[in-house]
Amino acid sequence: MKRFADLLDRLSYSPSRNAKLRLMADYFRTTLDPDRGWALAALTDGLPFSFPLRRTLVELMARKMDPVLFHLSRDYVGDTAETIALVWDTPPRCGDVPSPLVGEGQGGGDCRTFAVGIPPTPNPSPPGGGGPVAQAERPSPRLADIVSQLALIGRNELGARLEIWLDGLDVTGRWALLKLLTGALRVGVSARLAKTAVAEMAGVSVGDIEEVWHALAPPYEPLFVWLEGRGPRPDVVDAPVFRPLMLSHALEDADWTALELADFSAEWKWDGIRVQIVAGRGEAHLFSRTGDDIGRSFPDVTSGLSFDAVLDGELLVVRDGQVASFNDLQQRLNRKGVSKRQLEQFPAHIRLYDALLIDGEDLRQLPFVERRARLEAWHAKAHPPRTDLSPLIAAQSKDELRELWAATRETGVEGIMLKRRDSPYVAGRPKGLWWKWKRAPLTLDCVLMYAQRGSGKRSSYYSDYTFGVWRDGEGGTRELVPVGKAYFGFTDEELLQIDRWVRNHTVESFGPVRAVAPGLVFEVAFDAVQRSTRHKSGVAMRFPRIHRIRWDKPAAEADRLETLMAMIQG
Amino acid sequence: MATAKFEDWLKLDGAGLCCAPGGFHIDPVRPVERAIVTHGHSDHARPGHGAVLATPETIAIMRARLGPEAAGSFQELRYGEPISMGGVTVRLAPAGHILGSAQVVIEHQGRCAAISGDYKRRPDPTAVPFELVRCDLFVTEATFGLPVFRHEPDAREIGRLLASLAAFPERTHLIGAYGLGKTQRLIALLRAAGYDRPIWLHGALEAMCDLYVELGVDLGQLRSVGDATTKLPGEIVLCPPSALQDRWTRRLTDPVTAFASGWMRVRARARQRGVELPLVISDHCDWPELVETIDQTGAEEVWVTHGREDALVHQIGLLGKRGRALALVGFEEEGE
Repeated sequence: MKRFADLLDRLSYSPSRNAKLRLMADYFRTTLDPDRGWALAALTDGLPFSFPLRRTLVELMARKMDPVLFHLSRDYVGDTAETIALVWDTPPRCGDVPSPLVGEGQGGGDCRTFAVGIPPTPNPSPPGGGGPVAQAERPSPRLADIVSQLALIGRNELGARLEIWLDGLDVTGRWALLKLLTGALRVGVSARLAKTAVAEMAGVSVGDIEEVWHALAPPYEPLFVWLEGRGPRPDVVDAPVFRPLMLSHALEDADWTALELADFSAEWKWDGIRVQIVAGRGEAHLFSRTGDDIGRSFPDVTSGLSFDAVLDGELLVVRDGQVASFNDLQQRLNRKGVSKRQLEQFPAHIRLYDALLIDGEDLRQLPFVERRARLEAWHAKAHPPRTDLSPLIAAQSKDELRELWAATRETGVEGIMLKRRDSPYVAGRPKGLWWKWKRAPLTLDCVLMYAQRGSGKRSSYYSDYTFGVWRDGEGGTRELVPVGKAYFGFTDEELLQIDRWVRNHTVESFGPVRAVAPGLVFEVAFDAVQRSTRHKSGVAMRFPRIHRIRWDKPAAEADRLETLMAMIQG
Repeated sequence: MATAKFEDWLKLDGAGLCCAPGGFHIDPVRPVERAIVTHGHSDHARPGHGAVLATPETIAIMRARLGPEAAGSFQELRYGEPISMGGVTVRLAPAGHILGSAQVVIEHQGRCAAISGDYKRRPDPTAVPFELVRCDLFVTEATFGLPVFRHEPDAREIGRLLASLAAFPERTHLIGAYGLGKTQRLIALLRAAGYDRPIWLHGALEAMCDLYVELGVDLGQLRSVGDATTKLPGEIVLCPPSALQDRWTRRLTDPVTAFASGWMRVRARARQRGVELPLVISDHCDWPELVETIDQTGAEEVWVTHGREDALVHQIGLLGKRGRALALVGFEEEGE
């Protein structure tokens, strides 16, 4: 547990992705089974339990500590679990020392000061209240032991068990244990990042991990056996598992120029979320592009998936044949349960565009056009409810296609996909096979209002920006109203220039944030704009990013809120 | 009544704690005629007093930080030497906080008061260890006066720093540390752990390190970051806490920012600071040490000067003693 706790501790303070990867890869490389597998399960949100700890903890601390002192401590720290980890009085560990603090001129007692790696020896007269408790030294529990015992004990035994564990752990261990039990680590690591670390440890790609991931269960021993070359790759052929997706590259001008239209097939790029349907043997799963099964939020779709296939498509909200805005789809995302009202108001739908397996046959080596033909034939026969096919776009020439691309402002369409007709289905992001050609973004000239320090490498730079546009204020004056926030996305040289500008034009500082005088104009690009009651301006931009710095443009000539309002669709 | 007695001869006025029969203040926050200064930190040692009594080390620190004219006159008093002042007897006892730090022990009409200033109980290679003074009135600080503050063993924290250096050997390890006391102790702890490479210093830390060396504290090889010809990958660099996020850090290689302070025990405090490696190394007592010390002095009455006094005064009550919060203003927590 100590190693896992130290890992979580470092992760929680490390802002950089690379540092996190290094810390995790080191951990997986040097930790034994099954502990590392359980750690991986915890980091990928795959532990088979979570306990509502609140009452247990309250009862435990009522027995352990003076209530006034606990209340003051909790107030200061702001988090119950962390408070308990901090105030917990571990039983003495270095024999019957009557007082670790005796002796004029001696300072602290030896065992307390020089013992490395064990918790500080507590004061024998516990300041937390209550009398000294004679307890035998408790060994530090292993992560795997904790997990296996948790699977067995009932909820009413948890308090007593917890007490024993907390006694055996140091402060970091106690904090980590309580986080583990609540099921929310919150150390800034996504499941994808943890898998990437496992891949880096073994020198394989994260796609290789994803390919076998859903055929495995914690503590993932067959995974490590395979990665360390001690055994075969886990078998996934028939398992209803997620297969890594084939991804596309953004189409740049040079790519477009070089592109031969005859080699490519075009279809609309839908503004929903990419999903993989895995159905067979009476099961139906809906995986997001990161491999999370989101089927539970979409019973209206999954209930109709009674076939044997693995399909690629876009999850959308569709009403009367019309694709609704992404905002509508968001009402259905990240929900544990879904209400009848939501099912009616935001009906889900899948628009299919590719097939990986049909009736047990792996189609991934076939060219795109053949897979498409198979998909069409299969769909015409099976025709599952709430699905349709993403139509192909017929264009005779590149000019014609470009006109279609430029003209589209239809809701639900983000641009055009170009797929090589002979491309096999390749996991990852192979170059030159699939292109995404997003429609030109909307742009607006905005004025920098606030700048905030970044984190990690950027912590000495003002690299996060809140910008606004003009509107009429009271008494005929005009004022800036914030409309969005974006991170730095320029060269290091430009970052330095903006940082300098921010420091020289600061009018007020609040901690890491500086308010600046209106004077710097950003050309902000964004995909769409929607009404929002959460924003002061009444609108919210989708994917705002800073497109260009307009050093040349006076702030007074930046855009007005009305211009942005006019861009709202639907 | 005994309780009335202490308040008769130890009073609070606008400048702070005043011993009327002795005619002096202790760590006054405003200029006074006569002051006893417990140690050299700027919230305790302020300029402008008529006469200052302090340990020779504290006087050296005050002269270095505030200039030779920091007080009308300075009088040195070594640890343990009694001196008569007005109607009281005063001696200074080691407080273990930083070099030269002292408790002020006052005897008056057969009663003894110990005013501890800031103090700690852990061994510190750069300071004479705390002396436990049996007394009737103990005046304590409460910087870490909450049960959540339990400082880890110093060696454990230094071990974490060295482990990080091993894990990220290409990155500079930049440690924010208060310039007087913490910086030198941190260096001494690193030396004690066997770290013998040069340690690099921000310019603002150099003068105090020089003074410590002059006063006989061995700190090993120190270098000025200003003299560096590389971006110091894999080196340990110390700077004042205020410089951790400063533009100055751009001369370093992807620094791991660390901060050595008792506050680092609470995660939110570490995150507010943007710290990647919080090190719980403090020059103050943690909660168990505060409580233990209060108990061991045998004092019947305990006054709490500054810090988080609510919890400590409550605990003093649980120990069966009379506790009183003085709520002195003008003392900072920032330095720790």
